[in-house]
Amino acid sequence: MLAELKERLRVGSAEEYLSQLFEKIEKSSLNAFTTLARESALRRAREFDKKPGQGLLAAVPIAIKECISTKGIETNCSSRILRGYIPPYDAHVIERLKAEGAIIMGKTNMDEFAMGTSTETSCFGPTKNPWDPGCVPGGSSGGSAACVAADEAPCSLGSDTGGSVRCPASFCGIVGLKPTYGLVSRFGLVAYANSLEQIGPLTHTVEDTALLLEVISGHDGRDSTSAEKGSYLQGLKDGVSGLKIGIPKEYFGEAVGEGVDESVEKAVWDAVSVLEGLGARWQEVSLPHTKFALAAYYVIAMSEASSNLARFDGLRYGLRQGEDRDWHTTFSEIRSLGFGPEVKRRILLGTYALSAGYYGRYYLKALKVRTLIKDDFLRAFKNVDLLASPTMPIPAFKIGERINDPLSLYMADVFTVPINLAGVPAISVPCGFAGHLPVGLQLMGPHFGEATVLRAAHAYEAATPFHEAKPEVV
Amino acid sequence: MEDVIIGLEIHVQLNRLQSKLFCGCSTQYHNSEPNTHTCPVCLGLPGSLPVLNRKAVEYGIKVGLALNCQIEEETLFYRKNYYYPDLPKGFQISQYDFPLATKGRILIKGEDGLERDIRITRAHMEEDPGRLVHAGTIDRAKYTMVDYNRCGMPLLEVVTEPDLRSPKEARAFLDKLKIILEYLDVFDGSLEGSMRVDANISLRGGDRTEVKNISGFKGVEKALFYEITRQKNLQRRNIKVVQETRHFDELHSITVSIRSKEEAHDYRYFPEPDLVPMRIANWVPAIKATLPELPDAKRERFVKEYGLTDDHAKSLTSEIKVANFYEAVASRAAPRLSAVWIADVLKGELNYRDLGIEAFKAEDMVEIVNMLAANKITEYEVVEIIRTILDKGESPEISKTHKKSYSADITIVHEIVKAKGLGKAEDDAVQKAVREAVAENAAAIADYRAGSERALNFIVGQVMKKTRGKADPGEVHRLVKAEVEKA
Repeated sequence: MLAELKERLRVGSAEEYLSQLFEKIEKSSLNAFTTLARESALRRAREFDKKPGQGLLAAVPIAIKECISTKGIETNCSSRILRGYIPPYDAHVIERLKAEGAIIMGKTNMDEFAMGTSTETSCFGPTKNPWDPGCVPGGSSGGSAACVAADEAPCSLGSDTGGSVRCPASFCGIVGLKPTYGLVSRFGLVAYANSLEQIGPLTHTVEDTALLLEVISGHDGRDSTSAEKGSYLQGLKDGVSGLKIGIPKEYFGEAVGEGVDESVEKAVWDAVSVLEGLGARWQEVSLPHTKFALAAYYVIAMSEASSNLARFDGLRYGLRQGEDRDWHTTFSEIRSLGFGPEVKRRILLGTYALSAGYYGRYYLKALKVRTLIKDDFLRAFKNVDLLASPTMPIPAFKIGERINDPLSLYMADVFTVPINLAGVPAISVPCGFAGHLPVGLQLMGPHFGEATVLRAAHAYEAATPFHEAKPEVV
Repeated sequence: MEDVIIGLEIHVQLNRLQSKLFCGCSTQYHNSEPNTHTCPVCLGLPGSLPVLNRKAVEYGIKVGLALNCQIEEETLFYRKNYYYPDLPKGFQISQYDFPLATKGRILIKGEDGLERDIRITRAHMEEDPGRLVHAGTIDRAKYTMVDYNRCGMPLLEVVTEPDLRSPKEARAFLDKLKIILEYLDVFDGSLEGSMRVDANISLRGGDRTEVKNISGFKGVEKALFYEITRQKNLQRRNIKVVQETRHFDELHSITVSIRSKEEAHDYRYFPEPDLVPMRIANWVPAIKATLPELPDAKRERFVKEYGLTDDHAKSLTSEIKVANFYEAVASRAAPRLSAVWIADVLKGELNYRDLGIEAFKAEDMVEIVNMLAANKITEYEVVEIIRTILDKGESPEISKTHKKSYSADITIVHEIVKAKGLGKAEDDAVQKAVREAVAENAAAIADYRAGSERALNFIVGQVMKKTRGKADPGEVHRLVKAEVEKA
C-alpha cells in the first residue's frame, strides 16, 4: 500500500493527493481528526512536488494521535485542560517521520488522555466507526484507526497503554501494532501510564506497519527505557513454515470475564487453521495469571496516571479560566473544569491506591502480579514462537452502550492489557467479521520478537482477503 | 542545653556540575534572567522524560563516601507527589527506599569542647524545585512569580540523626559539612541558595517541630535559638508543644507555624517509571580512588608532619585552598613559623578585607617568613608588609607590576621593604646606638646596677629611638646588658 502510494506520489502530485484527503476529511462525519495541519502539510507536499525527496516515507501523509507532541501543532490529548497547548518540540517519533520525508497531516481524536476503549471520553465528542457510524471505533486511538479505515489518511500513529492501538485496529478492520516496551522512544508522548505504553503504527497492511516501525523504532538517548531496534522489512515474506503457535486457553470461551463473542471466536479459530495450512503448528498453552491482569493493569495505570496528570494546573499552559485566586483554589478550579469524568475517576482511584497505608495493598501487589504475568509469557515462549488470540472479546459496540458502565468497558481490555503488563509485542490483523463488523486476530511474540510477529501476520494477511475489505463510509 | 535535641536535613546543590540532574540545561543560572535556563524536561512539559546525569550520581557517591556512609548496591528514584507552583510536574523526582548513601558520620567539636561523631542517617539525590518570588512577604503578597531556572538543579539531601544538642553544635556541623563538600569540589557555597536547611527541634520528652527552608548558617543558629526559647517558654507555662511545620521569618528572626501534623502531606512515593534502577556498587572503587585527603586527615597530618598545634592545623585545613597555600609555603619556609603567620595573621587580614587566599601569593609568604626567620625584619614589619600587599595587590594594575618585578628579580616584598625603609638596621648601627645610649645615660646605668630592671628597659627604649624602631628589641636588650657589664 504505502510502497505503491510512494510511487504514485513520485509520478503524480503529492499536493493533489493531500488536498483530496483534506477535502474528504472536511466532508466526513466520522470526527476522526481534531486538528488539521493543512497549511504546513500542503507546503511540504508542494516542496516535494518541486523537488522530490528520498526517505522511506517520502511525501507520505500520516495522521498523529492527539497525545504525541508535534512542534507548532496543538497537542491536547482530547482534553479541555490542554486546549491551546502548542508544544515547542517534536516527539522523537515525529522527528523520525519527518527525517524520512513523511508529512504530518494533523491530529486524531482519542479518549481523553488515552483513558478509554471507545474514544467516547474525548472533549471533542466520540469518533464514529466507519463500518457502522452507530458504533464506537474502539479506543483510545479511535481517531487514528477510523481515519485509516475510512481512507482519510494512508497511515497513522497511535499509542497503546492497555490495547489502545490494537483495540481500534480490531474494531475498524485494520492492522495495529504494540511494539515491545522500549522499542519506540516515548519522548514526546504525553504520559498516561509510563511503564506500560508504547507508540505504534496503524495501517492497512502488515508491510506498512513494518515500514513505519522501521522508521519510528530505535534507541533515543532522551528516553531512559529506550532500546536498540531490529530489522523488520527483511524476511517479512519468509512465511510461517515450522513456526509453533500457542493458543492460550484463558483467552477463549468463558474462561475470562464476560466471555468471548461466538463469531469472534470462530473467526480466530479459522485464522489459526489458515496459519496451520501455511505450515505453522499450534498447541494449547496456559497463561494462568490472566484473570488477575485487568485488576493489576488498572491499579498500575491509574496510579501512574494520578501522578502524571498532576502537572496540569493551568499555570504554565493549557486551560486558564476566570479570575486568578490563591494557588490552591485556582488550580483546583482549573482541574475540575478541565478534566472529564473518566479522567477524574482514574486520578482519584490512582491517588487512593498510592496513599500511605494502601500502597502495599494495591500498587505493590499489582507490581507483583505484573511479574507473575510476565513470567507466564516467558514460560509460554519457551515452547512456542508466537501466541494467537482474539484482540477483543467482542466486535465494536454501540456508541453510548457502555460509557456509563466503566467496569464493562474495562472488561473489554481483557486480552490486550496482559501484553502491556508483560512488555511483549502484539499485533492485531483483520481476520473476518462478526456480522458487519470487523474482527481482529492478535498475534503476540516474545520481547523484541517483532520480526516474527510481523512475518506471521504478513503470511496470514497474504492468504486472506480481510484487509482488502472496505467500509461503505457515509 | 543538654535537654535540647536537634536533627538537620540539609539540601546541598551540587552546583559544581555542568548540567542539571535530568536535562542538559546549565547549572550556571545565577545572575541570569528568570526562566532562561529551562527546557521541556525541567519545565515538565507534557511528553518530556528525565534522563539521569550520571556525573551527579558520581558526585553524590563521592559525598557519601566522604561522610563515611555505606553506598547502596543499587539505587533508584521515586516520585514524591505534591502540588506547589514551583514544582512544574506536580511531583519531585527524589529518592525514598534505597537512597544513595546511608549510615555515615561527621566529627565535630561539641559544646563541651570534646570531639563527637554526629550520625548521618542518609544522603539522597533529588531535583531542586523552581523559586518563588513573592511580591512582598509570603503571607501578604498580592501575587507570586515563579522562576524555573533553579528547577532540576541536582540536590543532595543530607539527613542527620537527632544528635545535635545546641544551635552552636548545629552551626559547627554545618561548617564541617561545608568544608568537606568544598574539599570534594562538588559544591560552591558562595552561590545564593546553595545550601538550605530544615531543622527538627524538640526538648527532651516533648514533641518536635520542623523549621523549614532556612538559608544561611547564621539563620539556622537564630532559628534554632528562637525555637528553643519558644518551646522552653511553652513548657514553663505547662503548654504542650504541638508537632508542626514552621517557617523561619528571617526579617524578624522568629518562626511561625505553617502546617500542623494533621495537614501533613501524604507524598504517595512510588518508583519513577521513566528511570531505571542503577547498580552503583561497582562505581564505588573508582570514585573512592579520586577522593582527596579530607579535612580531618589533613589536620592530623599537619600536626604530625609539620609539628603544628591542633588549633593551627584546624585553622589551616578549614578551607582546602588555605591548606594548599600553607603547604606551598611550608615546603620552602619554616613550617611552624609559617603556620603562625598564616593562621593567626594572614587569615585575619584577609577576612577583614573580605578576601580569599587567592589574594596573596605563596611566594610572598615564603619570602616574608624567611626574612623573619633570618631576623631581617621584625614582627611589626611582617604585619605591615602583609597589609601593604593586600591593600595594593588587589588591583590588577598592581599585580601586573608585581609580576613585572618578579621578572626583574625584585620581589614585591623587597620593594615594600625598600620603599618604606623597613628592614632591621645594620648591626654596627645598632652597636653604635647601644654604645651611645649607655654613654649618655649614666644615671640609668647606676639605677640598673642598684637593681632596677626598669632602668635597663629605659636604655633599650633609647636605642630603639635611635634606630627608629628597626632594631630587634630582644637583641637590643642583650646588647645593652653586655655593654653595661663591659663598662
